[in-house]
Amino acid sequence: MFAEAAKNHGYHPFPRPVANASRAYTNPDGSKFGACEYCGFCERFGCEANAKGSPLITVIPIAMRNPNFELRTNAWVTKVLKDSSGKKVTGVTYTNTLNGEEFEQPAGMVVLTAYAINNTHLMLLSGIGKPYDPVSQTGVVGRNYCYQTGAAAQLFFDGKHFNPFMSTGGLNVGIDDFHYDWNFDRAPHGFVGGYNLAGGMTHGRPISYRPLPAGTPQWGSEWKAASAKWYNSAMIISSSGSVMANRYNYFELDPNYRNAFGLPLMRMTFDYKPNEHKMGQHAAGVINKIAKSMNPTMMNPAVARTEPWSVVPYQSTHNTGGTIMGTNPGNSVVNKYLQSWDCHNLFVMGAGVFPHNSAYNPTGPVGALAYWAADAIKNRYLKNPGSLV
Amino acid sequence: MKDIEKEGFGRRDFLKSAVAGGAVAAAATAAVVTTQPAQAQPAGTAASGYAYLNLDEAAFVEAMVDHMVPADQYSPKGTDMGLAIFIDRALAGGWGKGERLYMQGPWKPGVPSQGYQLPLTPAELYRAGIAATNAHCAKTYGKTFDRLDAKQKQEVLIGLSSAKITFSDGLPVRVFWSTVYQTVIEGMFADPIYGGNRDKAGWKMIGFPGVIATHAQDIIKYRDKKFPADYTSISDMS
Repeated sequence: MFAEAAKNHGYHPFPRPVANASRAYTNPDGSKFGACEYCGFCERFGCEANAKGSPLITVIPIAMRNPNFELRTNAWVTKVLKDSSGKKVTGVTYTNTLNGEEFEQPAGMVVLTAYAINNTHLMLLSGIGKPYDPVSQTGVVGRNYCYQTGAAAQLFFDGKHFNPFMSTGGLNVGIDDFHYDWNFDRAPHGFVGGYNLAGGMTHGRPISYRPLPAGTPQWGSEWKAASAKWYNSAMIISSSGSVMANRYNYFELDPNYRNAFGLPLMRMTFDYKPNEHKMGQHAAGVINKIAKSMNPTMMNPAVARTEPWSVVPYQSTHNTGGTIMGTNPGNSVVNKYLQSWDCHNLFVMGAGVFPHNSAYNPTGPVGALAYWAADAIKNRYLKNPGSLV
Repeated sequence: MKDIEKEGFGRRDFLKSAVAGGAVAAAATAAVVTTQPAQAQPAGTAASGYAYLNLDEAAFVEAMVDHMVPADQYSPKGTDMGLAIFIDRALAGGWGKGERLYMQGPWKPGVPSQGYQLPLTPAELYRAGIAATNAHCAKTYGKTFDRLDAKQKQEVLIGLSSAKITFSDGLPVRVFWSTVYQTVIEGMFADPIYGGNRDKAGWKMIGFPGVIATHAQDIIKYRDKKFPADYTSISDMS
């Protein structure tokens, strides 16, 4: 339905790609995948069918085959240690979370592979790289924090059966006409970057997914009747848009709040800026145009977000920035091989190295960059330790 | 008489589905029937059959879930779906204790976009919110929430959900209501192993087939067709 409507408007719909195996498959490393069962528990859960491409299947078991590999669980790294010159790291401090005992683990090389935000936190706690200061706009660690933006419409079709509980992570049809296409002139709309659109659902788990027409009561028999009527007869069209770096969106160590180890928490300062608002308005317009042409019985139109960003509703889990990649130590934390500018035997993986957030979830490039960095470490750095650029 | 067994929830079933420590304690006392009026129970002690809620609170929660989820063609009423038991277990368990919340000061009111900022655990919030709502009801109607008629209950719940009611002790009504509402929804649609959604009545109401599903063939076969669900919960799989 969405594909046809999008095509009628001159857009170019395509099935959204996902890292799920549609049939049993053994990859070149020997990782075995099962076939996706369309169970509707894809996002936020492990995969019972082993059909989902994730490090749990494709990386960690392969690494564990190496006799010199050890996975040490319940170990919470609190600090990366430097030598007296500050030009090299010498290991990490970690706490055994089962008994609180603190260890120092010496290392010839340290690779930060925590979540993007946690890597930034560790760099700040360890005093590696100059922390970003938004007032003077100096420093690099913590800068360029970016998120994603979006808008969505809910469409209700009396008598249709969408069966949202039969689903895989990307059971959607997307269009990319307002993202990849440089012929799309953004200037009249006043924004840079872009967004993709998709129609369909990714799950039907009813605590979080029960679309209802606007104005439906929140409880009572009328609410129950509407829930029963529309649960299986609604669909979503949503956008996922880029967020550009802004000098006032950043991370720093919190001056007040501390974690269980007595160390400062990390504080995030973020809000959507006019660029995101304008992009959201454009996306909402396109969503509503496509949606109306599908003749739903009812619809909750997409509305661009203009209110302050909120931690409360789920919006996206795809954070970028904080330890960004760049051309010199003045504008970035790592070089193009994800190597710290300050300590040449420290490497930082993950979406924290992206200077802005693209319209798509960044997992693919995160994996690609990790392989790119690993190749440089193995084939160049180990032979000749020092700056790779 | 408030007797769990007489309300259609057998002791055997209760024991079978009891997963939380609090629920085991509740089952052990389920046969002990109380006839005490709600006011006689000192605040802060658990009423019979509940692990966290005292009698005043139990009366509030039972009245609220039965008002929000009335018996009709779509499902039994809230207490018959186990919503009060679900809420009690949630409050008595890790969620109610704020196990996954950052609970250290300094405390500041914050702004709504910063989310939960209270020094209270969710269980403490629930307790304080019920007391504040009952105080509002006593002032406005001369009785507690559970003794109001349906129209008055509706007025109070709309007042809470729209934040037209404010609590004189400073408790933020929006935070209380969003917490309460979320627990009612979770009680309706969570797996029955957690005490609510009894007999999968919430899932049956909307047509959600439940856990563990192999739909690789169904997704073609039932394209734009109603799926004949064989409702399956966690305990059906074990």
